Amino acid sequence: MNPQFLADGILTGALLGLGGVGLTLTYSILRFANFVHGDFLTAGAYLALVLAGVLSQFLGGDGIGPFSFGWPLILALPIAMAATGVLALLLDWMLFRRLRRRGEEIVLVMASFGASLALRSLIEFAFTPEPKYYSQDLQIALPLGFGVRATPDQLAVVALAAASGLVLHVLLTRTAVGRAMRAVAENPDLARVAGIDPARVVRTTWWLGGGLAALAGVFLGLTVQIRPYMGFDLLLPLFAGVIVGGVGSVPGALAGGMIVGIAEALAVPIIGAAWRGGVAFLLLLAVLLVRPQGLFGMER
Amino acid sequence: MIGLLSYLVFFVTEALVNFIAVLGLNVQWGFAGLFNVGVAGFIGIGAYVSALLTAPPWYGPPGPGHVGGLGLPVLVGWLGAMLAAAGAAAVVALATLRLRADYLAIGTFGIAVALQELAANAQGLTGGPFGIAFIPHLLAFVPPGGLVRGLLDLATTAVAAGAAWFAIDRVTAGPFGRALRALAQDEAAAASLGCEPRRLRIQAMALGAAAMGLAGAVQASLIGYIAPDNFVPVLTFQIWAMLVVGGMGSHRGALVGAFAVWGLWSAAGALFAVVLPASMATGGASLRIVAIGVAIAASLLLRPRGLSPPGRIVSRFLRERLKTSRPGRGGLPPARR
Repeated sequence: MNPQFLADGILTGALLGLGGVGLTLTYSILRFANFVHGDFLTAGAYLALVLAGVLSQFLGGDGIGPFSFGWPLILALPIAMAATGVLALLLDWMLFRRLRRRGEEIVLVMASFGASLALRSLIEFAFTPEPKYYSQDLQIALPLGFGVRATPDQLAVVALAAASGLVLHVLLTRTAVGRAMRAVAENPDLARVAGIDPARVVRTTWWLGGGLAALAGVFLGLTVQIRPYMGFDLLLPLFAGVIVGGVGSVPGALAGGMIVGIAEALAVPIIGAAWRGGVAFLLLLAVLLVRPQGLFGMER
Repeated sequence: MIGLLSYLVFFVTEALVNFIAVLGLNVQWGFAGLFNVGVAGFIGIGAYVSALLTAPPWYGPPGPGHVGGLGLPVLVGWLGAMLAAAGAAAVVALATLRLRADYLAIGTFGIAVALQELAANAQGLTGGPFGIAFIPHLLAFVPPGGLVRGLLDLATTAVAAGAAWFAIDRVTAGPFGRALRALAQDEAAAASLGCEPRRLRIQAMALGAAAMGLAGAVQASLIGYIAPDNFVPVLTFQIWAMLVVGGMGSHRGALVGAFAVWGLWSAAGALFAVVLPASMATGGASLRIVAIGVAIAASLLLRPRGLSPPGRIVSRFLRERLKTSRPGRGGLPPARR
């Protein structure tokens, strides 16, 4: 087996893991499968593109060292993450909050499906379907040994994704905010009795979910390309990763994303690159049949 | 004048094809409370299976590993389409229904994405991006084009839609429909009365998907050509919008919604074609989807029961008592949902 496929799988897996964390948090805390999540990735990538374009007017557009991106994108990234968090909050305020009050969870899923299509089409309208790039520079892939090559950008993305996963794990297990979130996921009524404000936890969840989606979206735009459908096309692998890892588990989402990413990459030399969605779907079905609670999930 | 009339006939025909699929979704969601995000996938199964069953062996671009059509009669193709869609739905339901409701949503979404991939890539079977052409028309002996053919198309589609409506209404008005409603409202109570939740839900998924498959097959033979682009998530979304706008749980609502949303969709298309310059045609297509998205969200928020909601369902006992009691007394329990 060619280790290059494994390396590609790790890159995809890191992106799926990051995107999946936000999805698993909204799934376990807000209790619905959020179909807009893929489009949060897209929105984050486009927001960063616009911001980096503006910032490069003042800072110049050159990349730093071996990387294709420079200060404009580095500064744009946190702003885009925050803005995507605001977008998620706005959507919650306009749509999901009202439906949540009515208490029918599955209507939320339906509304999120509608919102996803509307948001994606709005992005397509504003930016045209043409693919875009953060930089037109060509990057030379560096040899890493064992016949594996990767561009500096790809290495940076994997490293940053790993670091983000670690920060997030500490946030959720060692801080009061994280404990509150896990408590609401476990049992909302009991959490309320213990003095936790569920509305605040919901807000934190959207901030985190939206921000992480934007991070994954920018990384995806950096290593592949920016398209209006980039996030939506990733939604099935994202769901698959979340379910493989176990809904509600952050380490599970990271591991599940990695498993789906590597499985897709390993399937490429066998059945071709066009069948990646099918691989994610089969993995999803297999997990649901054999171990529906996922690797790290609990029996529900 | 003839042009306008032809367009009107075409419009009604297409709305009726959509109505067949909305009927299927109504069984799944309106009655059984099952959330299906893969409507386009099941319509696609119907279209492709009927095309492969009925198309002549020489259809499409010849290539390595090309599988030809079987050239069977059109109605056999429609039957096969319904069976195939029902089978696929049953498999997804079997795998996901043990779990929380949203797993079914993810599962059906997955099958739609995977099928889209299959349609776009399995060149030998589905013609890949080129699709399948030369799908036989039900009324192949009538020369194509012109108002007469259009009216005949409308008539046959209306017969198919009417048959689907009648069949589904018979099934849902009987014990099966009552059991599904009971299950959607209170699973534990329904199960204690002897309903088997899992079996009933799998049956509802399969029945609904059969109607979707029929819609796909009817559309394929009407147009004579199908391609993967015809079965994208926007289609799922349109069918959902029709059901939500019309009124979930009501077959009449499905009809009202199919016409209302199809009308809105067509009108938005025409409006954007006039208002926006030709260079922004793709932009107009996107805006149209936004319009439908806003319509579905607004409908969920402002009029959750739809334009033509189902009537209040009461037991025969209560209905009798209501008739005999004086007005203003012996009231009904407040409507649920």
